[in-house]
Amino acid sequence: MASEVIGGTVELRVADKRAVADGVVALTLVRPDGRRLPDWAPGAHVDLVLPGGLTRQYSLCGDRWDAYSYRVAVLREPDGRGGSAFIHDELEVGATVGLGGPRNNFRLVPSERYLFVAGGIGITPLLPMVRQAEMLGTDWRLLYGGRSRASMAFLDELEPYGDRVTVVPQDEQGLLDLDAWLPQARPDTKVYCCGPASLLEAVERRCASWPPGLLRTERFVARVRDGARDEPFELVLARSGLTLKVPAGRSVLQALGDAGVGVLSSCRQGLCGTCETAVLEGEPDHRDALLDDAERAAGDCMFVCVSRARSERLVLDL
Amino acid sequence: MIVHDVPAGVPVSDADPFADDVLKEPAPLQAELRDAGPVVFLRRYGAYGLARYEEVHAALTDWQRLQSGAGVGLSNFRYEKPWRPPSLLLEADPPRHDAPRAVLSRILGPRALRRLREAWFADAEALVDEVLAEREFDAVERIARTFPLRVFPDAVGLGPDGRENLLPYGDHAFNAFGPPNHLVEKGEPRVAELSAWVNAQCARERLAPGGFGARIWEAADKGDITHEQAPLVVRSLLTAGVDTTVHGLGAVLYAFAADPGQWRRLREDPSLARVAFDEAVRWQSPVQTFFRTAVGEVEIGGTVIPDGAKVLMFLGAANRDPRRWEDPDVFDLSRDPSAHVGFGMGVHQCVGQHVARLEAEAVLTALARRVERFELAGPPRRHLNNTLRAWESLPMRVHLA
Ligand code: FES
Repeated sequence: MASEVIGGTVELRVADKRAVADGVVALTLVRPDGRRLPDWAPGAHVDLVLPGGLTRQYSLCGDRWDAYSYRVAVLREPDGRGGSAFIHDELEVGATVGLGGPRNNFRLVPSERYLFVAGGIGITPLLPMVRQAEMLGTDWRLLYGGRSRASMAFLDELEPYGDRVTVVPQDEQGLLDLDAWLPQARPDTKVYCCGPASLLEAVERRCASWPPGLLRTERFVARVRDGARDEPFELVLARSGLTLKVPAGRSVLQALGDAGVGVLSSCRQGLCGTCETAVLEGEPDHRDALLDDAERAAGDCMFVCVSRARSERLVLDL
Repeated sequence: MIVHDVPAGVPVSDADPFADDVLKEPAPLQAELRDAGPVVFLRRYGAYGLARYEEVHAALTDWQRLQSGAGVGLSNFRYEKPWRPPSLLLEADPPRHDAPRAVLSRILGPRALRRLREAWFADAEALVDEVLAEREFDAVERIARTFPLRVFPDAVGLGPDGRENLLPYGDHAFNAFGPPNHLVEKGEPRVAELSAWVNAQCARERLAPGGFGARIWEAADKGDITHEQAPLVVRSLLTAGVDTTVHGLGAVLYAFAADPGQWRRLREDPSLARVAFDEAVRWQSPVQTFFRTAVGEVEIGGTVIPDGAKVLMFLGAANRDPRRWEDPDVFDLSRDPSAHVGFGMGVHQCVGQHVARLEAEAVLTALARRVERFELAGPPRRHLNNTLRAWESLPMRVHLA
């Protein structure tokens, strides 16, 4: 059969890895089979499942018109729990990582003007936004702060935008002058801010009285989740009483199909929601693009086309 | 008929996919186009046709090279003025497509629909009780048209008056994706009146609190879309949310009347209701075709499609491509119809698909409890539309359990 549409959990291969600033590496990720990657929009992040089950979230900062590769930039976190150090020191070109998402809690909404405020590695989700705002012919400004010029990624890619971009290295000019930039709410301006907690708090404080929806933030802390597993796990189907093994590299949907249990699916990428299945016991390892954080934490449903289990055993309402 | 220059090396078809006899029974042309090659030049319209599953699936997902913003009908918005302001969902590409799509998929997502489930199942029970009081009826008129028109406009938050305008409006909108033939002409006298009514329903004050429409306006208050976009997003619900579901229901009811063995299977295992609906959507493909427009030169299956050319994707043909499906012409509940392209695929995949599935599940579940067997009580009649595959009438006799 020529065109079986492959579903299931997606693996990515590191196609390129390079330093883009002091302490920052950019990874280019592709599918080993050369297929299209799931679509995304600016503000989206992916979960990367590193060998050993560490899961880390990174904003996509590449070009969504290129359907075949993702780019993420990773800051070395000296106090982190090992994910960024692993990526910097050990992850090599050619290695594979698991993918969850892309998910988007930080969507670019329509506006007449944008003010983008980036702190350090917080530039990553804003970079594709800047490109899109430019493409839409919108009036926009970017205020970009960092410890020093050398530590600030993607200055070269921002260069062509000229004085729309204000670069503020702390060792040269001190902190961002938020009082000058955020003087009052303008209903035609949306402010997008991403960076360390201190920056977000400072911005939020100044915008506390703004009408809702004008300020949109994403906290760039190392969002840590452990326990993803690409190893086999046990699947129990409560209604039919069947017990199955989901092998590594095979999706729950495929395992169900192998056992003759049909679950309707459509996109097979965790995007459309057709394959939603109730979870009765166990902890899903969500890899979909649909659930928000609260829904993920509730753990009472999963999208079997992509998601797996963090527990040894998962009981589904099937 | 305009004669278009034929590009070299591409199989050519002189057929008219929008001719009455093809709309009535598309299968022969679909097979001919699939067998001709991965890409066929449709001389009559100067468009490129895709009829095989692999190419249609790939084209649907490739929004980068095959745009929707120049219109998903034959008319090319690069050169022609659309008959109404373009849809922010269907006739827009990323990035303009992103925000309206995100808002609507949240409002129509499976978790948001959970609160409707009980009420819709109860409504379906009530309707089925009413209809089954007679042993013979027209299943299109009494069930397929009636149920969606009972539950969907309420869920949107429409007022009680004028709902009879929804079907003719949708029918015309779907006709208008085709060439300006007699089906489009037939609708034209009422376009202004119907559009005016539909547009008026999209205003905030017309929409009851708590409904899909009100939630679209709330999303505008939160800044997720603009207040100018809100009424057009509501309009998308009213254009695409009724006819398609009606015809999907018609398709599944016809399937069961034509094959009582399949109905028996559903009665034995009513949890197959969702599969049954998707299998019917695969088998009948209520939305038969959509166009895209090439952005730059686009190579498909060895053919280079020039910039700005219209590409016609035959969803119905793809859903019956024997290269992808075993015995594709058979409606079969033991088949896994997943990944059919009847709802499209990719960023434009039908955002209301969960609504349609829930409506169908409610109706089929209610019928399965009471009906032992359906049979056709007379010849079914097709309703012709340039885009939709539909029944005008399905006379049925039922045997109660
Ligand atoms: S099939 Fe689309 S989310 Fe699983």
